[in-house]
Amino acid sequence: MLTDYATIGLFFLLAISFPLAALGLAALVRPRSYFNREKMMPYECGVDTKGKTWVRFKVNYFLYALVFLAFEVETIFLFPWAVKFNCLGLFAFIEMIIFLIILLVGLLYAWKEGALEWY
Amino acid sequence: MQLSDLVFYALAAFTIIAALGVVALPNIVHSALCLVLTFIGVAGIYFYLGADFIGLIQILAYAGAISVLMIFAVMLLLSRDVSESNPSHKKGKYLAALFSGLFAFLLALSIYSTSWDLTEGAEIVDSIGKIAYMLMGDYVIAFEAAAILLLAAVIGAVILARGEEKR
Repeated sequence: MLTDYATIGLFFLLAISFPLAALGLAALVRPRSYFNREKMMPYECGVDTKGKTWVRFKVNYFLYALVFLAFEVETIFLFPWAVKFNCLGLFAFIEMIIFLIILLVGLLYAWKEGALEWY
Repeated sequence: MQLSDLVFYALAAFTIIAALGVVALPNIVHSALCLVLTFIGVAGIYFYLGADFIGLIQILAYAGAISVLMIFAVMLLLSRDVSESNPSHKKGKYLAALFSGLFAFLLALSIYSTSWDLTEGAEIVDSIGKIAYMLMGDYVIAFEAAAILLLAAVIGAVILARGEEKR
């Protein structure tokens, strides 16, 4: 069991060490440069900001997040069903359709109330 | 089992360092991002203990959804300069240290006074599959009731978030 995760851990270590090695080797050979105003400016296509960059979000984002939260909990229920889909058969499929229809009502309600609209 | 102990200590150190970041960082958005790392560390410990479904839920629900909600709430309520949005309280600091120390002491006391019976049961393989069979079999009513609960949560969230605006 734990050996399965060892493979993932090995991949993780490799994924971390690869960019570190690339950047570390580059740091050895590249010319020294210092932080200056021009270098810290927004890169290429970025427009210079006016005023403070830390501003409050629009409330629309929050409604999206709330609806997203509920439907992510739904995916947790979908997950074991999807893993065993081939073995569970038709009855489980109908159960899941009922589950999804109940939650679809919630989505339709959020839609009707304009929670998905951008204004 | 030396290597697996090492994995546990690495995960625990990662989680604790991330949790310290949540408390200590002056920028509350950075604290929230550290909280994501803490959740991922806890998920790693769940995976280490063989509870892969709970670990998956931890990553999906906590590191995914809850933290998004928290960051959005923080960004909505941002009123002062963000670089000092998570200040440490001068007076409350010692009281907080006292109470958290007391809590840690009680926790350690109860851990050490409990006799942990080690069962030599077989390791659970394919726990997600077992959960699937139970969810679709014996506990199907609870499963559909969860759908109703989620529906109520969606409708309640929309009413709470939209209702004030309309009035």
